[in-house]
Amino acid sequence: MIIEIGHFALVLALVLALAQATLPLIGAQRGIRAWMALAKPAALGQFAFLLIAYGALVHAFVVADFSVLVVYQHAHSQTPLIYKIAAAWGQHEGSLLLWVLILALFGALVAFFGDNLPPRLKARALAVQAMIGSAFILFALFTSNPFARLSPAPLEGQELNPLLQDPGLAFHPPMLYIGYVGFSMAFSFAVAALIEGKIDAAWARWVRPWTLLSWVCLTGGIALGARWAYYELGWGGWWFWDPVENASFMPWLMGTALLHSAIVVEKRDALKAWTLLLAILTFGFSLLGTFLVRSGVITSVHAFAQDPARGLFILGILALALGGSLTLFAWRAPTLKAGGLFAPVSREGSLMLNNLLLATATATVLLGTLYPLALDILGGGSVSVGTPYYTATFVPLAMPLIALAGIGPLLGWKRGDLKGALHRLWVAGGLAILATGVALWIDFGKQALAAAGIGLGVWMLAATFTEWAERVRLFRIGLGASLRRAIHLPRAAYGMSLAHAGLAVAIIGITASSAWKSEEVRQMKPNDSITIGSFSYVLQGVTPARGENYIAERAHFKVMKDGQFYTDLYPERRQYMVQPMPTTEAAIESHLLGDLYAVIGESDGKGAWTVRIYEEPLVPWIWSGCLLMVLGGIVSLSDRRYRVGAPSRAQVAQALPAAGE
Amino acid sequence: MKRKTLRLYLVLISLGLLGTATALVLNAFDRELVFFFSPSEIAAEQPVPGRIIRLGGLVETGSVTKLGDGATFSFRITDLKASTSIAYRGVLPDLFREGQGVVVQGTFNESGNFVASEVLAKHDENYLPPEVAKALKASGRWQEGAGTEASPAASPGTTQGTSGEGNSQ
Repeated sequence: MIIEIGHFALVLALVLALAQATLPLIGAQRGIRAWMALAKPAALGQFAFLLIAYGALVHAFVVADFSVLVVYQHAHSQTPLIYKIAAAWGQHEGSLLLWVLILALFGALVAFFGDNLPPRLKARALAVQAMIGSAFILFALFTSNPFARLSPAPLEGQELNPLLQDPGLAFHPPMLYIGYVGFSMAFSFAVAALIEGKIDAAWARWVRPWTLLSWVCLTGGIALGARWAYYELGWGGWWFWDPVENASFMPWLMGTALLHSAIVVEKRDALKAWTLLLAILTFGFSLLGTFLVRSGVITSVHAFAQDPARGLFILGILALALGGSLTLFAWRAPTLKAGGLFAPVSREGSLMLNNLLLATATATVLLGTLYPLALDILGGGSVSVGTPYYTATFVPLAMPLIALAGIGPLLGWKRGDLKGALHRLWVAGGLAILATGVALWIDFGKQALAAAGIGLGVWMLAATFTEWAERVRLFRIGLGASLRRAIHLPRAAYGMSLAHAGLAVAIIGITASSAWKSEEVRQMKPNDSITIGSFSYVLQGVTPARGENYIAERAHFKVMKDGQFYTDLYPERRQYMVQPMPTTEAAIESHLLGDLYAVIGESDGKGAWTVRIYEEPLVPWIWSGCLLMVLGGIVSLSDRRYRVGAPSRAQVAQALPAAGE
Repeated sequence: MKRKTLRLYLVLISLGLLGTATALVLNAFDRELVFFFSPSEIAAEQPVPGRIIRLGGLVETGSVTKLGDGATFSFRITDLKASTSIAYRGVLPDLFREGQGVVVQGTFNESGNFVASEVLAKHDENYLPPEVAKALKASGRWQEGAGTEASPAASPGTTQGTSGEGNSQ
């Protein structure tokens, strides 16, 4: 019964979404207030009904109602509760429902908190949001109904893929979706602004918090996914340039560009048309990602099932959304009032260059992702594009971007002083050269690219610190005065510093872990030892172990450093009871400069096991860097300008001639 | 600064970047693309030694042997028409089995032996890599619905969110 209520609620949500997609739009065009005002209750109602629908599905998973097809396929009565709940979004149908729910959540948030938005803009943005919503609810109802029944109901279900039974992965999809789907808000506002024919600083101030929130969640989601791959798959790697990984990385790159260009619109009223285009493209990449993951055109670690009908449907949505909005853009963008002027060497100029570099880098990732597909469809044979391609294309484009990120924040708006900025950065430059030199010296100059990467990371970190020190006039005025300035700096400034520092730390980690990872594979008997770097691993023995729904072989390694006991490692090889597939549980011990990483393989039946040991330099830096970026985003979100009710005050500030910045 | 000058700068920078990116991509496509071969194609014409390629098919039954050091494997990949022998040092994926579909990545060395650097097999009992399915079809040994095809109806396992692609280096 609850399932039918869920199904019915989904249909009701569709009806509301359709009403929300049309009436407010007409209302805004004809000036009918009542129709425009309809958007708010419709958005809230749509969200409420989707919440009911989603609640019904989660309930079915929790009580293990095997008469529901998706529950039968992905749940088992013995599965721990948290993975029963996670199973509700661990498959195509349920995760699509979550997708739609988050889409409606963003609409509801704008409807609820957006009372200070101009009524027309709000009505139009919510209408566009509802168009996307209707399309995806239709998609769910027609091609991937999560409420389909199974008759007769089986007594026991299959299980959630054991690889997915992991706390990190339980939260990875919702975060990733908030990121992906959140960009829809920027898209809706962009289309609304195009219909309106007007975009100004206030528009950017309304759009930025939503973009920032999505960016924060997407960053966190990607990092969680990479971390999951790192410890669950047991390959010692965390990023494989897999098409599905790229599908989440491309919206991230474009979203990062959008965040930066929206600053220019907000502060300087320039780059307006470009920002609208970015908002459209960013969500376009989110839709492309959805298509790649759900259509079955690619096979990959994270891909969902293969069903051409679904692929065609999403391709249709993608074509309509992108085609429609880009046509609108081509038609309306020339009518936008031209914005402020700036010299090429200026903050605006550096942000523009940042955007161009990000867009170009995204294009190379896009090509690498789609080329094998295109070639296959055209009958050109099967090829695959791997890490070497991205090292040869993406990395050279990312490097100037990092160099720029050190200089840009020190340039003034409108006309910057490049010489002055570089002069202030001499310490950062010196440190970067020193770091490059040290990195070259460590491996005798074998990996020049990696040394340059380390140098760039140090450069960005030091430059970010310099920028903060300049703001508080550290060492120029008394420490007390600097401290007072530091306290009064806007949170957005701290947000930027944290996020930039995070990226710098992550880059150092990424570079070191991809260049200087070492690996040892061997067959080991108890008391054998493997030495990597300054650590030696002694296999103590392998014993059987038991979990809630699996049995395992658990190895025990004693790790010694310089003859002293360092730590114990317990890698496992698990066999889940329902699905007969072994999974690897790596044992990882982190220290400041890297990870110890041990994996146990198959036994040869004669008392020896295949063992893989990795030394993973600076991998914890990657996670800390991502955490810093997320933190920076959150700090920036908490800035007073973005708080509820703040826009009214900010408008007053804006009326004053360019105060401060 | 006039609007026109600004626009000129932007166009020039964009063109420069686009040119750089195109050059990088073309260069990378030229050198880094990894082509897929089936054992029959290898038998017809052996690829250049040293070039990284992918090779896929079924693991020939009874061909897997472990060499003395305990971590180097030797096996044959077949498309039921021709077969190629592979040497691989490392841990085989959890679902590497005789008779199962597999894709290996590596190079032919000067003496004509294939040395794999990666062995990829899906983390799923019923999965057959699409390239392998295609190669088997091409060799005329493919039977539709023979149970090896990854059809969602036949094997609910493949409909899951993540059927991990085992990749061991």
